[in-house]
Amino acid sequence: MANIGVLIETDSTGVKIANYGVMTAAQGEGHQIIAFVMGIAATACTEILGRYGATQVIELSSQGENLAKSPDLQAGLIIDAVKEYHIDFLFGLCSSKGKDIMARVAAQTGAPLAQDCLSVDVAARTVVKPFFSGRTTATLQLNGSLVLCTIRPNAIEEKEAPVTAGAAVFSSARSNDGRLVIKEVKKNPSGRVDISEANIIITGGRPLGSADNFQILGKCADTLGGAVGASRVAVDLGYASHSMQVGQTGKTVSPRLYVACGLSGSVQHFAGMKTAKVIVAINNDKDAPIFQKCDYGIIGDLFEVVPALTEALAKR
Amino acid sequence: MKAYVCMKHVPDTAASIKIVGGKQIDETVKYIISPHDEYAIEEAVRLVEKKGGEVVLVTLAKEAAMATIRTALALGPHRAILVRIDQTFLDSQDTARILAKVIADDGPADIIFAGKQAMDTEGMQTCYRLGAALDMPVVTDVVRFDPAEGKAMVEREIGGGEKEVIEISFPCVIGATKGLNEPRFPKLPDVMKAKKKDVKLIDLKSLNLQLDNSVQVIHLDSVSERSKAKIIGGSTGEAVRELVRILREEEKVLD
Repeated sequence: MANIGVLIETDSTGVKIANYGVMTAAQGEGHQIIAFVMGIAATACTEILGRYGATQVIELSSQGENLAKSPDLQAGLIIDAVKEYHIDFLFGLCSSKGKDIMARVAAQTGAPLAQDCLSVDVAARTVVKPFFSGRTTATLQLNGSLVLCTIRPNAIEEKEAPVTAGAAVFSSARSNDGRLVIKEVKKNPSGRVDISEANIIITGGRPLGSADNFQILGKCADTLGGAVGASRVAVDLGYASHSMQVGQTGKTVSPRLYVACGLSGSVQHFAGMKTAKVIVAINNDKDAPIFQKCDYGIIGDLFEVVPALTEALAKR
Repeated sequence: MKAYVCMKHVPDTAASIKIVGGKQIDETVKYIISPHDEYAIEEAVRLVEKKGGEVVLVTLAKEAAMATIRTALALGPHRAILVRIDQTFLDSQDTARILAKVIADDGPADIIFAGKQAMDTEGMQTCYRLGAALDMPVVTDVVRFDPAEGKAMVEREIGGGEKEVIEISFPCVIGATKGLNEPRFPKLPDVMKAKKKDVKLIDLKSLNLQLDNSVQVIHLDSVSERSKAKIIGGSTGEAVRELVRILREEEKVLD
């Protein structure tokens, strides 16, 4: 019997969809799954998390301290809850926030942590994760009475395992030492989902030619409910912000559908998106290397193909 | 100001990785400064150029890393410490404990910079463990760093183009990422000067640390590339309609 904790990420809509894959990874014979939430009532999450196998949803509360201002305080609270519920395997999401909090928990407890896992074997305490920017995978053995892992968003196909989840609140007396304080969160005006959690991504490279031209990708992405990505060159030329960069020095993504527009297909770019389910390339150069290692290709001018694609997608 | 930069020596990001004996790699490929560490070096050098003091580079690697250390020293650090190890993979907890010991012995540090993650093992946690070992606050994915008296205001990317604005007290650990600065290109005189800079060699054994090895590499597997794309022909309109049909009906990746 394994006591498994899952740190759930929520936003204004509630439990983020990207958590379903994490819950699925945590499921297994004899697994008691306890989901931890912060900043949302446990009762608001029992239905959805119960559907993915959580027997309990615990809201972590900080007795009056402002949790949102201190990731170390959040980590401290998680550590106290992990002890209280005798968790021996803690899962999280490998998002910007998830990997930060889980690394803080690991650092404060000394427990082993594997980030960005593609699969997990709870009984064997092994995980598979990328090494060498996706050029290899590594199978790692995690040794300890508590071990931690974060799951790459979209890497594990969600599977329901319905149970009835109970709800409770856990709190402990911890305070912020004031050495690190989040003063403000600067919002993104586009309102599009982050590329590392997006199910569909449309990415542009140098041939886009300007930041304005990226709007044609934005229109297509909005039609699909997806996100817009950019190549390193497009970011370096100032056409797109670094938060949109896919690849080795940008983000690693694993969407259902990845549409690469005007990209040559460098090793460094593939490092960031090769675990996408379906990769489509649009390029006017029939000899572009990307056509050698993707699923579907359209040879054509992206300024014609992308608007036509947006139009075809809008007609359903 | 005494600034430390933790740098990792990793295989070139474009090199093909050949697995040897299941859990080792062919180390005869070209090695480089782990890309995110370049931003860490640049930021430390800029800080010390402004405030005065010293930048010390710390690397944990086999002795072959000496060439990478010289390359890094040409970017501005004053001296370096190489902790010689025999193993290719050392887990993050052990790495952080070794770095913490070396920095504490040489320091004290006012600030420690490192890349937010190493490009080989992609652990994304050494900064945090180093901070815990030295009792310093930590922030990573840093894209902006504004030092003030005894503290700094930093911006951290949190996805979707959002950023957290964070106040952090010195001494602290800063995990750098792309966007923080534009690393300089070394000029020839810098390269010549780097050859003469002091590199202190420390044998891991001489530190008398008991390693935990709490994460072990069981095996490595190469990741196969996709084969050639199926090219969808016809007019733009035809090609696009066929693509949408395939994505919807065959691949089922569209709703």
